[in-house]
Amino acid sequence: MPDLGKYADAVLSAYALSVVLIVALIVVSVLRSNRMRTDLQTIEKKLKTDG
Amino acid sequence: MNLNTLWEYANPKKFIQTTDRVLPWVAGLAALTLGAGLVWGFFFTPDDYRQGSTVKIIYLHVPSALMAINAWLMMLITSLVWIVRRHHVSALAARAAAPVGLVMTLIALLTGAIWGQPMWGTWWAWDPRLTSFLILFLFYLGYIALWAAIENDDTAADLTSILCLVGSVFALLSRYAVNFWNQGLHQGASLSVAPGERMAMTFKLPLYVSMAGFVLLFVALVLMRTRTEIRARRLRVLIARQRMEHA
Repeated sequence: MPDLGKYADAVLSAYALSVVLIVALIVVSVLRSNRMRTDLQTIEKKLKTDG
Repeated sequence: MNLNTLWEYANPKKFIQTTDRVLPWVAGLAALTLGAGLVWGFFFTPDDYRQGSTVKIIYLHVPSALMAINAWLMMLITSLVWIVRRHHVSALAARAAAPVGLVMTLIALLTGAIWGQPMWGTWWAWDPRLTSFLILFLFYLGYIALWAAIENDDTAADLTSILCLVGSVFALLSRYAVNFWNQGLHQGASLSVAPGERMAMTFKLPLYVSMAGFVLLFVALVLMRTRTEIRARRLRVLIARQRMEHA
């Protein structure tokens, strides 16, 4: 860990906030992508079986 | 590249097939580059003689601000393609990019405030660049809300495209506000080719890597989210068709 001196709080909070926001964006995007793929597969299968 | 070849990707099926192969590579490269840029910047760069360790915030602040503006410009191009050519994939790509741009703008605003407090003695100032960034953030929120508020996809794409054209003024202002108005606290461009004080290579190289990481992350997320929007649109069409058959 580098010595951040008197600005440690500012630097660490900037990195923590940014990482949290980026990870949250990735997680939300991946979850929605998976859900949409499953929902679409389900309805397409249902439509096929219904004729 | 032949322009006709480019239009082939406006076909949703072709877009999904191509991105099936491309997306894992872009995502992997984004993780590597972004990780390398941030680790390099945080752990292996020295403090600045004036700004101390706060200079390490530059590896987040500058790339996120860059992407906040460029995401809107990408949305502008895809919105224009929608208006002129009526390709659904382009409208959906603009929709997919908006939340990514919103998060990038938020990161730029937050890291700017955190950096500004010890350097300027204030979290916020009604400086031209800061203010135009705040307005850009509000435009992103409005754009996302407008897509969500309108049920008909084509109408939503039309109206959000117009909003995107209007918001482009603020995207450009965010970039050039410092040049237009010679006032405020915010400094000029960090990476300028104009004569004057230059950033040392020790800081510049990890910044370039971090910027490349943010660009790749943006591309990966937009590709993935556009695929999701294409599927969501198809799902809405199928559900509507099913309802009509049962009615």
